[in-house]
Amino acid sequence: MTLSSMKPGEIATILSIHTDEALHQRLLAMGFRIGKQIEVIRKARFSGPLQVRIGTTDILLRRIEAEKIRVKV
Amino acid sequence: MRKIALLGMPNTGKSTLFNRLTGSTSRVGNWPGVTVELLSGKILLGDEMVEIIDLPGIYDMHGFSEDEQVVRHFLHDNVPDLALVVLNATQIERQLSLLLQLKQFNLNMVVLLNMADESKKSGITIDTEKMSSALGMPIFLLSAKYGTGYPEALQSITRSLRNSTPGMTETVRNLLEQDEHIEQEMSRVLRDSVQIPARLPDNLTDNLDRIMLHPWFGLPIFFGIMYLLFQAIFLFGQPLQVGVNELFGWLRETAIAPLLSSLPGALQGLLLDGIYNGIATVAAFVPLIVLFFLFMAIVEDTGYLSRAAFLMDALMAKMGLDGRSFVMLLMGFGCNVPALMGTRVMRSRSLRLLSMLVIPFSLCSARLQVFVFISAALFSPKAAPLVLFSLYLFSFAAAILTAVLFKRHYPNTEPFVLELPPYRFPTLRQMVMRGWLEVYQFLHRASKFIVAGVVLVWLLTNLPSSAAPASADTFAGMIGAWLHPLFAPLGITPDLTLALIFGFVAKEIVIGSLAVIYGLSGQALSGALATQLDWVQAYSFMLFTLIYTPCLSTIATLRNESNSNKFMGFSIAWSLALAWVVSFTFYQSARALGY
Repeated sequence: MTLSSMKPGEIATILSIHTDEALHQRLLAMGFRIGKQIEVIRKARFSGPLQVRIGTTDILLRRIEAEKIRVKV
Repeated sequence: MRKIALLGMPNTGKSTLFNRLTGSTSRVGNWPGVTVELLSGKILLGDEMVEIIDLPGIYDMHGFSEDEQVVRHFLHDNVPDLALVVLNATQIERQLSLLLQLKQFNLNMVVLLNMADESKKSGITIDTEKMSSALGMPIFLLSAKYGTGYPEALQSITRSLRNSTPGMTETVRNLLEQDEHIEQEMSRVLRDSVQIPARLPDNLTDNLDRIMLHPWFGLPIFFGIMYLLFQAIFLFGQPLQVGVNELFGWLRETAIAPLLSSLPGALQGLLLDGIYNGIATVAAFVPLIVLFFLFMAIVEDTGYLSRAAFLMDALMAKMGLDGRSFVMLLMGFGCNVPALMGTRVMRSRSLRLLSMLVIPFSLCSARLQVFVFISAALFSPKAAPLVLFSLYLFSFAAAILTAVLFKRHYPNTEPFVLELPPYRFPTLRQMVMRGWLEVYQFLHRASKFIVAGVVLVWLLTNLPSSAAPASADTFAGMIGAWLHPLFAPLGITPDLTLALIFGFVAKEIVIGSLAVIYGLSGQALSGALATQLDWVQAYSFMLFTLIYTPCLSTIATLRNESNSNKFMGFSIAWSLALAWVVSFTFYQSARALGY
């Protein structure tokens, strides 16, 4: 499944990231690494962004970006 | 003089640290190889003065964003004697990657693990000695916010400065591609020296966010906070403003006027009615600006601005913008200039341009001065805050309309990935520092414009010398009359037209120029405006002032940041056209409805 289809409160493991080079680097720097645990904290109304937690960092990202990240619950 | 470069990721408290180290000595300057201005300050280390340069916050050194390019070019062309790397101790497990990248550049480095207070609270333990020996560089824990851990760090910096920097070679840049090496190194260093609890304790931030980012209450709370902010500024700001006005009036009567009485009449007029009145009018707005930035600092330093981005992103995405554009739009309510500069965090040029087109519609503090003055003069104390609030709504509406109209010309491919910092209590010191810095910059920036602007107005309203001051026969009257056909359908009088012309230079001088045109200031000017205008005219004037080009500083920034004269010209033309149409529509509709 993808990160965008996770529900708030769910925890999953990052399997793969399918983005362009620039975004990939940014995500890496923010802590998105394969094998890391990721938790969805909440999703904004009106198909707004997701708040996710990796380690000690909380990150906001849009659903369209979250679709590019494959995870395993 | 030896140079220290301050480096780190965004949200590490780098700026707080910079302010702590340099105090109020910081200034903006240009550097070889980079096109943007950087903040730098001087400190005494040991027995020599050293310059510290605050580089933009970056996530990595690959150079995909403009800020990363700035840092790379800066380091290449101005090899510092020491790189002071600031990392957020609470996020050490991922911020270490930037440090390891920097290590490849063979710079002389000292590492500061900031926010030691927060990492301790979260149960993160860092063995700096072990980490230090693993990485081969001095590492210190400190808290920039509370000022702990400084003496040891400063001593080490002084020691490290004695070693010369090996410098950077071109080939090192290529090493950056080998990120796998960095991953291994990171886990090795972290394994030995850092312990992070498996799950962080349920903390204050999570509990607060359950309310502040609530699916249904989040947005109403956000707009409630914004409304209260404006009410508070008005409530506290106005009495202070009146007080400062009275102080300057008293000073003029008791000291300045008698002092100048021996000078010839025209020179006396220029000094008193031109320069002094202008300065007095501007000074009266200082309390308002202090208040505005105090409140703004609270909203920003508590971490609420990122929450606002989260709440607003769904809506902003529809306008071709993102949550960050909204944050910059909000920053623009203080001053458009830093907000325009803040768009650098966006990587996509079209998103930046669209944001920059929209930001000048933010009702900045300079325009607020004009509106506070005029709404207080023309409306009842009860109605004035509502008038002010309606102008904020118009400000948003103009921004939204512009974004929707032009989003196709600036298609956005920029991903929205943003860090959400925990809630923090801003310290009084941070807030006061911020307020002081903003006021200082305002006075610094405004003083040139205002003195030149107000003197120009005085000359235009007093020359040729045969004409009665501020009458139709002066140059000012002629310009007003010449432009009158264009502004008459908006209900804007020739006097006000002239004020608008000077408002092009800076909104700070609009009221100042009115003071000169009418030869009155403070309460007397309010009275004169109230007798010469009705509320429909005043509101139309305020709408035009709100929407047309904010000031020369904004124009200059637009040009610098977009690097395009065409874009700057387009922004000016569009805002003038929109201002005219909105004022025209409002004035004619109000008159047609019988007001």
